[in-house]
Amino acid sequence: MNLNDILSNPDLLPWLIPVGPLLAFFIIMLATNRAKMVPATSHEYGGHHPDYDGMKVPVVTLQSRILSVTVGMLGTLTAWVLSLITVSNAFGAQHFGEEVFGDRLNWLATGVGEFTMGVLVDPFTTVMLIMVPLAVTMIFIYSIGYMAHDPRQSRFFALISLFAGAMLTLVVADNLLLMFVGWEVMGLCSYLLIGFWFEKESAYKAAIKAFTTTRVADVIMLLGIAYLYASAGTLSFRDILYNEAMLEHLASTPAIILGGWGLSAAGLIGVFLIIGTIGKSAQFPLHVWLPDAMEGPTPVSAMIHAAAMVSAGVYAIIRMYPLFEAGGNPHAGEFTTPLMLMAIVGGFTALFSATIAVAQNDVKRVLAYSTISQLGFMMAALGIGAYIAAAFHLITHAFFKALLFMASGSVIHGMEHGEHHVHEHHAHDEHDEAHGHDDHHDHGHHFDPQDMMNMGGLRKTMPVTFWTFLLGGLSLSGFPLLTAGFWSKDEILADAWLGLTHGYGAPAFVFIMLCLAAFLTAFYTMRQLGLTFMGEPRTEEAAHANLGQGIVSFTMTLPLIILAFLAVVAGFAGVHPDFPLFGAIFSPEYNWFHHFVGPTLLHEPASIDFSIVPVLFSFGVALGGLGLGYWMYWRKPLEAGQPDPLVSILGTVHPVLKNKYYLDELYATLFIQPSQWFSRVVVSDFMDNGIIDGVLHLIARVFTWIGDLIKNLNVWLIDGVGDGIPELVAIFGTWFRRIQTGRIQQYMLLVVIAMIVIALIFAVSSGFLVQAAG
Amino acid sequence: MIPLWMYLLVAAALFCMGAYAVLARRNAVAILMGVELMLNAVNINLVGFWRYQQPLNMAGQAFAAFVFVIAAAEAAVGLAIIISVYRQRKSVIPDEADTLKG
Repeated sequence: MNLNDILSNPDLLPWLIPVGPLLAFFIIMLATNRAKMVPATSHEYGGHHPDYDGMKVPVVTLQSRILSVTVGMLGTLTAWVLSLITVSNAFGAQHFGEEVFGDRLNWLATGVGEFTMGVLVDPFTTVMLIMVPLAVTMIFIYSIGYMAHDPRQSRFFALISLFAGAMLTLVVADNLLLMFVGWEVMGLCSYLLIGFWFEKESAYKAAIKAFTTTRVADVIMLLGIAYLYASAGTLSFRDILYNEAMLEHLASTPAIILGGWGLSAAGLIGVFLIIGTIGKSAQFPLHVWLPDAMEGPTPVSAMIHAAAMVSAGVYAIIRMYPLFEAGGNPHAGEFTTPLMLMAIVGGFTALFSATIAVAQNDVKRVLAYSTISQLGFMMAALGIGAYIAAAFHLITHAFFKALLFMASGSVIHGMEHGEHHVHEHHAHDEHDEAHGHDDHHDHGHHFDPQDMMNMGGLRKTMPVTFWTFLLGGLSLSGFPLLTAGFWSKDEILADAWLGLTHGYGAPAFVFIMLCLAAFLTAFYTMRQLGLTFMGEPRTEEAAHANLGQGIVSFTMTLPLIILAFLAVVAGFAGVHPDFPLFGAIFSPEYNWFHHFVGPTLLHEPASIDFSIVPVLFSFGVALGGLGLGYWMYWRKPLEAGQPDPLVSILGTVHPVLKNKYYLDELYATLFIQPSQWFSRVVVSDFMDNGIIDGVLHLIARVFTWIGDLIKNLNVWLIDGVGDGIPELVAIFGTWFRRIQTGRIQQYMLLVVIAMIVIALIFAVSSGFLVQAAG
Repeated sequence: MIPLWMYLLVAAALFCMGAYAVLARRNAVAILMGVELMLNAVNINLVGFWRYQQPLNMAGQAFAAFVFVIAAAEAAVGLAIIISVYRQRKSVIPDEADTLKG
């Protein structure tokens, strides 16, 4: 079978989608990432670190860096092109949903069965294949400029290629096991990329935090996968989720634990899988790693927040949704345990992290908490059965959040540029060309280029960034009618409103929480925009902030423009047909997104009737939040040195929000310190030093004793015999050598005596004497 | 005719005198002379036995002639050694040349 056959066969094509980035990872790591060693003080080593003085550090040569970037770009572009072909195949297919593209082969024989590995492209995968490779490609283009001054750019492209490859593997996987493989590889990549600037203590600590936090959830998710395999005998999505008999079987079997309390096997598996997602998609209470993940380079933040990592968590539960729903019907008020869990966790997280975001001053941290909040929207939507709305919000959120992160990265980059300018201006140091991001140990004063209090007035020097940031921010806020965020959020609220009008508890809870969260979202977005771009520059650095000229500036603004376009128009794919005016323009016959994604499920979710009330709520919270933000931060922009008006308004609540409800401290007291105590006292002192070392030392002592015994035997017997023989020879020699006097006449005398003796013996033995005597 | 035992007796006496000289004299030249005496005692024995026992076989005479040659060579070598030792030590006393003592 040649390549052409695979390319023309839509069933086989998905196999190739993750191959490009994965191959790029191996090529860069093994071939093109060539480094030479230079002193750490060399200007070639951009992010100079004082601890490395006197050491040699590897710096990738310019040629291999350009080659690595090219390889990485080719990998991701290949994935994008193949995805587009797959998507166009999917659009052209008849009865897509019922009929899907896919292929599978046997993977691991386990004795009782066989794990298969395969690919699956159904309508939901298709929309992911529109979003993920596009966002990834934008992030790659952006990284060319953003990482241009980093000495480890090759390594960055290798890791982010692996990240993209893992995400695409996860998206096209046709079973839970292969998906979990991609899931875990992404966990590894997030660890490596969050800790990419591992010279900084905060960066490697954040990496460890992200890795261990998600690991807690992943273990539980693996339990869910194992239980699912034990119950269903297969992990294939299609065999389980598109199979009514299987779902009924799982929903009617009592779970092995809590089964007596009415929990079904499907419910327990669902809870386990949702806990995995809570870790991966950073939902309360496992959200703590995501804000710290801001320590990584900004393209990584965009990757984690939009295209890959946290989307993967929500992707997984949207993918497994029929399992969660099995045995219940959220539209009829029957909520299963997993659905309730999602509704409560999602609704709570959405509001909870939105309140934290209000009080953050770090430009990326605000976005991090808004991501957690928006993922909460999706979880809550799934919890109340709004399957399509959750998927829709996943896609639109990916676009505007990737945009927001890259725009904030541009702001940071511009601030560093301004800081560098100021630094040069003051120091007149023309040789120092080091300006690695976030690495400013060599600069005398502590300046945080991510602190919004240091910004202000950036709209004048960075107009493209400002306008794209504004569009992304409005989309995030759900600015009515024009932005993608409005349409997807509105759909979630409409679903929740429908449940509320029927008098169900969960949708009512979700509706209230999401409305409040949406209000706060609009407010903190406006606050962020106002603090960053409005008014006059509050510091000298901000006054000089810009992206410069040339390839860096170009590669960093092009993705922003493309994504800003998508952040606006993506929403028009899912307009309700009955929506006044817009429904007639964009959905003359049916809601395209609903119509296309719906057949992913066995029972296509019913389209809900249009209601004006949730739309009015959407309008109200978005415009209210935006208006409040405008009134507080745009009308009278903050002057230099002026405190945030929010501090005095919120009073004692503000420190609580700013410190994220002290959850990090709580976790440190509850989990980290006890586990450190446990590892120190129990594991280290008692088990390691006491038991293991004790046993080992005992064994060592026994063998030492046996060794001594054998050594004594050796000395006494073997050495005795061995040394005794030469000693005897020596004693005899000492005695015998006295015969050698050196006096020739004595020798002769002895010869004569010997001669006489020999003659006598001869005479006696020959019988001569006897004869003579006789 | 003089009987054989008389020759043998003379040879034995000569040999004993030579042996005594070799063992008892202090002068190396004298020792060498003792050696010559012993060799010549052997020669007397050889010639005597040849004459009385195997007169047709020339081996006895031939041996005697060889012994002369050997004795001459031995005297030459021995004297050379003695002169060499004398040059080193200003002495011809073998007892004093005991470097090989163990």
